[in-house]
Amino acid sequence: MDPKLQLLAMIQAYTGVGIGLMIGLGALGACVGVGIMCSRFLEGAARQPELMPQLQAKVFLLLGLIDASFIIGVGLAMLFAFGNPLLAVIK
Amino acid sequence: MAAATELTPTSYIQHHLTFLTKTSEAGGFWQVNVDTVLTSVILGVFAFGFLWMVTRRATAGVPSKTQAFVELLIDFVNEQVKGIFQGELKTVAPLALTVFVWVLFMNAMDFLPVDVMALFYEHVLHQPNWRGVPTADVNTTFALALSVFALMIFYNIKVKGVGGWVHELFCAPFGGNPLLWPFNLLFNAVEYLSKPLSHSLRLYGNMYAGEIIFLLLGLWAATGIVGTVVGGILHLGWSIFHILIVALQAYIFMMLTIVYVAMAHEHH
Repeated sequence: MDPKLQLLAMIQAYTGVGIGLMIGLGALGACVGVGIMCSRFLEGAARQPELMPQLQAKVFLLLGLIDASFIIGVGLAMLFAFGNPLLAVIK
Repeated sequence: MAAATELTPTSYIQHHLTFLTKTSEAGGFWQVNVDTVLTSVILGVFAFGFLWMVTRRATAGVPSKTQAFVELLIDFVNEQVKGIFQGELKTVAPLALTVFVWVLFMNAMDFLPVDVMALFYEHVLHQPNWRGVPTADVNTTFALALSVFALMIFYNIKVKGVGGWVHELFCAPFGGNPLLWPFNLLFNAVEYLSKPLSHSLRLYGNMYAGEIIFLLLGLWAATGIVGTVVGGILHLGWSIFHILIVALQAYIFMMLTIVYVAMAHEHH
């Protein structure tokens, strides 16, 4: 097989695996974190229902903060998917 | 879509992700994403012009619906600021309102369908590349976050004085012992560096990922009737979720702005 083609295939294969890991592990962390936070919210809301509106506002705020690293990871993964800088070595 | 290149999935996505960049003679770093700058300025003029016009004709009697709406907005921001910041509202609340309204409008540009807007930009404005969502450009979010960072440092120096601030940088979490100075400085440096980074990249990542997913879902339409229908349904689902994300990210950006500026006012 043409060595350049072989290099291209290798880079793309490993980049694909890398993208999968980035998105998968990021989603794992984000979902577990959000699950823990929401379970605490439900517990707190059951204990003191009168605080539920304020707690709910805080829940949405924390949801965005917890999702941050995951979304940054997705952004980076998209960069590798569509504008892979690692391909520059063979072009 | 440009007629020059062949329409493959990658070229479609890459066309939609290309900014309208103008490079000055200095080259390299000194580029301007004209589409981002123009869209954000126009949105700012539109949003704040509307707010200004409503407040100009404000009455103390029975308010009109638009005045009631603007009052709701200002009350909302004041509530958030009061919950976090125990100083005077005059310094932080207008900043929070500005950030919230502007980021909300810039994010809301993502509601406009990508391909419809691409037709508009190509045939009405005659630009080959134009990205309509300013906050999907890392430059915009970094500009906002770095401005908040500069304000953070300004308020730190204003409230504590230069000497007090430097003392806090060297002695803050662990104590005043000269042996601990490098660790204190390192800790504070990491904290100071991570704030604008996470502030900007969170907003950028959410908007950029949203756009990419819109584009990827749109690609399903190229596979035939079934692909178009299924892609359309998923597109609808993602759009509804994205409404939440747009508002939520604007709210989070505002809250973090308030928190960072409030933390800069604290003494130890």
